[in-house]
Amino acid sequence: MSLAASLLQGDVRALAKAISLAEDRDPEATQIVTELQPQTGRAHLVGITGAPGSGKSSLVDLLLQVIRQRGKTVGVVAVDPSSPFTGGAVLGDRIRMQRHTLDKGVFIRSMGARGHLGGLAAATREVIHLLDAYGRDVIIVETVGVGQSELEIGTVCDTTVLVLVPESGDAVQSIKAGIMEIADIFVINKADLGGAEKTRRLIQDAMALGPAPAWAPPILLTAAIKDQGGVELWQAIERHWEYLSQGGGLQDRRLQRLKQEVLALVAEQARDDARQQLEGDTPVARRLRQNPNGTLNPYALAAELMGRAR
Amino acid sequence: MAVRSKTSPKDSRAGQAPKPASTISGVPVEALYTPEDLGSFRYDEKLGDPGEFPYTRGIYPSMYRGQLWTMRQFAGYGTAEETNRRYKFLLSQGQTGLSVAFDMPTLMGYDSDAPVSEGEVGRCGVAIDSLQDMEDLFAGIRLDQITTSMTINSPAAILWAMYIAVAEKQGVQPAQLGGTLQNDILKEYIAQKEYIFPPAPSMRLVVDTIVFASRHMPRWHAVSISGYHIREAGSTAVQELAFTLADGMAYVDAAIKAGLDVDEFAPRLSFFFNAHIDFFEEIAKYRAARRLWAHIMRDRYHAKNPRSWMCRFHTQTAGCSLTGQQVENNISRTAFEALSAVLGGTNSLHTNSMDEVLALPTEKAAQVALRTQQIIAHETGVTNTVDPLAGSYFVESLTDEIARGALDYFKRIDEQGGVLACIENGFFQREIADAAFRYERELEAQERIVVGVNAYQEGTRAEVPTLKIGFETERAQAKKVRALRERRDGTSVRNRLTELQAAARGQDNLMPVLIDCVKAYVTEGEIMATLKEVFGVYREPTIL
Amino acid sequence: MSTASRPSSKPAPRTEPASQKKIRVLTLKLGLDGHDRGVKVVSRALRDAGVEVIYAGLRQTPEMAVEAAIQEDVDGIGVSILSGAHMTLIPRVLELLKERGAGDIVVFAGGIIPDDEAAELKTLGVAEIFGPGTSLATIVDFVNSRLRK
Repeated sequence: MSLAASLLQGDVRALAKAISLAEDRDPEATQIVTELQPQTGRAHLVGITGAPGSGKSSLVDLLLQVIRQRGKTVGVVAVDPSSPFTGGAVLGDRIRMQRHTLDKGVFIRSMGARGHLGGLAAATREVIHLLDAYGRDVIIVETVGVGQSELEIGTVCDTTVLVLVPESGDAVQSIKAGIMEIADIFVINKADLGGAEKTRRLIQDAMALGPAPAWAPPILLTAAIKDQGGVELWQAIERHWEYLSQGGGLQDRRLQRLKQEVLALVAEQARDDARQQLEGDTPVARRLRQNPNGTLNPYALAAELMGRAR
Repeated sequence: MAVRSKTSPKDSRAGQAPKPASTISGVPVEALYTPEDLGSFRYDEKLGDPGEFPYTRGIYPSMYRGQLWTMRQFAGYGTAEETNRRYKFLLSQGQTGLSVAFDMPTLMGYDSDAPVSEGEVGRCGVAIDSLQDMEDLFAGIRLDQITTSMTINSPAAILWAMYIAVAEKQGVQPAQLGGTLQNDILKEYIAQKEYIFPPAPSMRLVVDTIVFASRHMPRWHAVSISGYHIREAGSTAVQELAFTLADGMAYVDAAIKAGLDVDEFAPRLSFFFNAHIDFFEEIAKYRAARRLWAHIMRDRYHAKNPRSWMCRFHTQTAGCSLTGQQVENNISRTAFEALSAVLGGTNSLHTNSMDEVLALPTEKAAQVALRTQQIIAHETGVTNTVDPLAGSYFVESLTDEIARGALDYFKRIDEQGGVLACIENGFFQREIADAAFRYERELEAQERIVVGVNAYQEGTRAEVPTLKIGFETERAQAKKVRALRERRDGTSVRNRLTELQAAARGQDNLMPVLIDCVKAYVTEGEIMATLKEVFGVYREPTIL
Repeated sequence: MSTASRPSSKPAPRTEPASQKKIRVLTLKLGLDGHDRGVKVVSRALRDAGVEVIYAGLRQTPEMAVEAAIQEDVDGIGVSILSGAHMTLIPRVLELLKERGAGDIVVFAGGIIPDDEAAELKTLGVAEIFGPGTSLATIVDFVNSRLRK
């Protein structure tokens, strides 16, 4: 039986192996995702992003608890940084979610970003398709959370949750430029530490500056490691899903998402092709080697490479 | 004698500049120390006579001339009956103190028949499920004639309640009981990870024992503030010292907050340090510990009783310094480590057995370990003079250096909001994991040599006899606790547990209700399960 | 090929080639003890050797270990155990892997395991046992040679 067929029959090992192929950028993964595409598009994709130390994994753990009580199945993709020097990684997000390890309705996969920027791994979209085809009702994607602006999550998920912690200052420091706009829901986690109400007001003030949107992002308080605020958060996520589905732009989001996915694929393929030409025995590579001082024009080289790529 | 320039002797050595050196913890060490290194050293301020503030030279005026350290070997395995036989043997050999090692299910609050206990019962200590086991453990041993040290943390209050109940059955009052509970939950979050409840209720349990001891058990040390496990987890000597004393301050703060006067309990606080292989660094660490603690208690907490200023401590040689390769070499390592503890003025000592790196110690290996202490005590002559290394340019410089390092950590801990905040944000765990990794890398790069490990290796490993714990122990123990549950009065068990639950929700000291529970033969697992319902369980921050 | 165990003198961030099979290893503590120094040091050393390590943490049961290994599609499981329960828990991991059709996942272990029991575990299918004093290079070499497909 093919990996795709086994996956459709609920074989967890087939799912896990297909994910590895996607992570390893194996061409077989493209075939599997293509084969499974008719089975996708049903899951609700929830992105969880936020600064390091904001408690994203604990919040996912709390959501798993709530979602499972409602009988829905979940797939979790947790992305952590890879070492830029060795490509290795220690991925520890599972630890926070381990009370769900033996629950067949929960599948958790840790991914190294493997050099991909933007807070996700290159294979994140494929992995979402695979989990979707596997029949998961909800797919949660947790971003790297290294403090850079991780905007890509907004182009990958239906509902993006931005996790913040109470702050003592007069401005919300952890909100980087652009990140406010991608949040469909704000969560102030570790709200038991105090200062959460003030942070909530700061976010409200910041949002009041812009035009009133059709969907006003709610601001919720949670204390994930104390199992507090999970039900309210999940209700907000479901309300956003209903909003999207009932004329709130789900179709448009998914169209945008498809465009982004195509762009990412084009970029990846173009980069691979260009790299091969730069490193291989090609006219461009030979000219580069003959001009080691770097006197060649990069624009001309790029145009030449892309011309070939076409 | 003229003070020599610091640089000249180094340069004069046949043109060969000595390599930069450091202690095993990375504290830089010069090739030569001179009076210059002591600068404006003032004897009274830095050392004081033995038995005088700040106790750098020792907490008693005559130290080992007056009384040797207590040779306290940690033991326990299998069932209570087996360990009882071992204790009676040790006592017949003249040992007056017992030190109980519990198995993992007991340490983690599970009964022997719990599913997670499978494979663990009696393996690294004795299995205690109920008062029945504690009665068997001390059968025929008068508890007013000995002192007992119990290495137990999360469930410490329960095991202590059982000990008190056994004594009562022997007609011995709590006030007559002498001994030590390890009961140091903070280092569990920091290093050994045998925590169960979140920090706040855990601290409440510790404070309840401190208060109970101060009111009813004046001969008991309710908490032994432990750096041993911090060091075993890979910390440096400075980290071991700093984190341990910081934990000590956290307990003092908590007890004061609970309404005790500092001098009511501080004289009963005791510490537990590691004796690692870097000889002078360890000696400096113990001396710095006494000096720092004296200042902390007098200047920060305004304790009036000199006994509150004294840092009393037990020492154990470093398990993590032992090697699986050429295990006999571990006898030498342990001897040097034990000697450093003695020269550092320890109050009691456990020497590891050479084979502990492979399994539980055999009787023979445990005997050699004890003999090592006896050789130091009676043959080497080091006990004749109090603090013989005082005034050494090197030892005094290193003592200052380590104390400075610890003070720097105190500042960093305070800045982050104290010990509990540093546990929850992973500061300690990260510092220790980084130090452990740095050390492994140094071994890998041959920057440090461990004989038999990365130098002087021998091809094959000799067969070493080890102690085996059979699966019969587990079956027997599980059967015993199940039979107990059949036999005991179920109604009174349920009533006691209901009372315990109510008490845990309230504010009162839990010791009386815990003693009532164990007397009704409520098991440790049942008590812990009830407390978990009220207190919750801890999930540690992920530090990689 | 051997993966560099530490950055060269002037490290440059790597750009990932188009397709590369990465070694994935699950590391965890089996049993009740909490001594995590060894497993953390080994996890970091493997990371520095280019391995993707999934650390599952303390007090994992054999069932949890095997479920995580399957979901994470790892090439190997590195088990650390110091509580003495290895003869109960490690064979159970091997059995469960076989039951789940994942007998190809390589199991290796570290901790305090006497020689004769180590030999017995190896006959049951544990690929290697690393006792105290094993060098990190030995473990990295083992992972690179035995787990590379």
